[in-house]
Amino acid sequence: MPRNNTAKRIFNRDRRPGDLVFAGFFFAFAVFLVSQLGSETKWIKGTKVFAQPTFWPAVSLLGMALFSACHFFGSLLSSKQDGRLVEVRFWARSIEFACWFMVYVWIVPIVGYLPGTILFTNLLAVRVGYREKKVFVAATILSITIVILFKALLSVKIPGGLWYEYLPDSIRNFMLLYL
Amino acid sequence: METFQSSLELLLRWDVIAALFLGSIGGVIIGAIPGVGAAVAIAILLPPTFSLDPIVGLTVLLGIYGSSMYGGAIPAILLNTPGTAVNALTTYDGHPIARDGNPRRALSLAYSASLAGGLFSVVCLIFLSQALAVIAPHFGSREIFLAALLGIILVVLAHRGQILAAGMMACFGIFLNTIGLEPVKYTRRYTFDQTWLASGIDLIVIVLGLFALSQAFLLLTQPDEHPNPAPVRGGLFEGFKELWMYKRIAGVSSSFGVLMGMIPGVGEFTAQFMSYTYAQKTSKNPEQFGKGSAEGLVASEAANNAVPAAAMIPLLALGIPGEALTAMMLSVFYVHNVIPGPQLFANQMDFVMALYIALFLLNIIVVVFLLFSTNGILRIIQIPTRFLGIIIATLGFVGVYSLRNSMTDCAIGAVFGVFGLILKRLQLPIVPIILGMVLGGIMEVKLRSSMARVKTPLDFVDRPIAAILFSLIVLVIALHIRSFLSRSKKEQSPH
Repeated sequence: MPRNNTAKRIFNRDRRPGDLVFAGFFFAFAVFLVSQLGSETKWIKGTKVFAQPTFWPAVSLLGMALFSACHFFGSLLSSKQDGRLVEVRFWARSIEFACWFMVYVWIVPIVGYLPGTILFTNLLAVRVGYREKKVFVAATILSITIVILFKALLSVKIPGGLWYEYLPDSIRNFMLLYL
Repeated sequence: METFQSSLELLLRWDVIAALFLGSIGGVIIGAIPGVGAAVAIAILLPPTFSLDPIVGLTVLLGIYGSSMYGGAIPAILLNTPGTAVNALTTYDGHPIARDGNPRRALSLAYSASLAGGLFSVVCLIFLSQALAVIAPHFGSREIFLAALLGIILVVLAHRGQILAAGMMACFGIFLNTIGLEPVKYTRRYTFDQTWLASGIDLIVIVLGLFALSQAFLLLTQPDEHPNPAPVRGGLFEGFKELWMYKRIAGVSSSFGVLMGMIPGVGEFTAQFMSYTYAQKTSKNPEQFGKGSAEGLVASEAANNAVPAAAMIPLLALGIPGEALTAMMLSVFYVHNVIPGPQLFANQMDFVMALYIALFLLNIIVVVFLLFSTNGILRIIQIPTRFLGIIIATLGFVGVYSLRNSMTDCAIGAVFGVFGLILKRLQLPIVPIILGMVLGGIMEVKLRSSMARVKTPLDFVDRPIAAILFSLIVLVIALHIRSFLSRSKKEQSPH
């Protein structure tokens, strides 16, 4: 029992709901990566240890495994917080917005930066619950401002939409360069 | 004098002046919006600045970095919600002063203390740069390796109560940096036979995922909030006179800011808490702290605004970033083939000096802007949080996609966005990942080159600076173990 108390004193910490789930996954991930060390890195004969390609992945992964094991152990020993499932559901809900982002990335080279951005901001506004006209006006103005600022003024590398090819020459060049 | 003149020539260009105004005013606005912060803004703006001149790009980013904390004080005082994480301590005394019917006094004191801290640190930097120019060339591979190692250790130990989590995140960052084709023997590391992993994972993609996209996903998933601060009536000059009464607190706090800013991995939080504790211990009214003490407000604001200029010291002199924002700026240097470190001080002192002058000027621009535009900023704060999420996601796209027009980069960014959201919800540290990536890369290269000339382990620390750095590493770890054991003993004893 005293040994258990010492461990508790050393590893006890404030933990949020979902901490145990994350700590467990991260530890498992670290162990998986350590198990791949032999096949995913090379050991070259006649080369000093510090210059081996495997040296830094080994140092980082062993550190990661050690720290994550202690973190997981600490999570097991610390007092439990209610709401683990609610928290994990919250994380899962955020994946939907990551998918929205990827759809935006996918449509821009097809429909073009300006139309794609107007579509993205307005549809996302609907998705998150906005219904007022002023929000859609604001989303459209925001899209136009961002596109003009970054593509027309700062010339960031974002390709034109595929359908721009079907536009008359003069408009197509303008759209490809600025929108 | 010649250096000063040539640095002025660098600055007196319309594009640099525009960048200075854009960065400093933009930084104030960004800092004032809770949930955005300098890290998100700098992450988004990194790729667009790659196409600009190094001095222009760095002036924009420095402007945002140096001015965001000024803006962050506004919601901290008026809404009890810090605009940036480092303004958290400002809420302790700033908000009670505002709540008691004196928001003008609180804001004005915060602006004047921030200005004092900001200017003090730039003046210190200008004087220190001569000393740095002498010391920096003595840093060889092993000294830079040891300084980077010290930086990582300090970053981990600075996360009190979360050292294990900070350690695992720092190691994760070092691991991420090793993925892909290894640069000396050209072998693949952790690519799992995937060609898209062969070139490694770009630091900017991870920064954007962890800071910008995670914040966008968080704001979009959480319930909508509509902050509604009341407008501030009257002028904001009175705090500048009142600050004179607290000149000792402002001076000491600014010094703490400079000192802590120079040490990699320590930064604003430690500087603030040290200054706040000092102010409370030496105050005639210590019971007022946390209930609306002007001294407490001055201490926290002067200390945090002194840090950005000081944090540039390890970055410029040694090429070692001390925290996430300077780590991001390091990539701008590399993109333009300007390598921070001893050679920068020896060969491009005018460039370094130009950055210092820009930092000095931005503090003045920001305060003048704030004195006349605080109510305008209050209107921007009222953006509903979910709409803010849409703005950040749209801007995040520019950052990630414009790097290489790569769908894969965006997918990696999105994955790290969700990962960052989980870390934020669990209140686990994110910064060690970024520093692990940057410092891990530096350590790998420097250890390899320094070990080629080392025969016994003692040779590694046989030069004075290497010996000092090694002793510091041992001392820092020993002090941490001692404080942990004494805390442990205290908790164990019944009384």
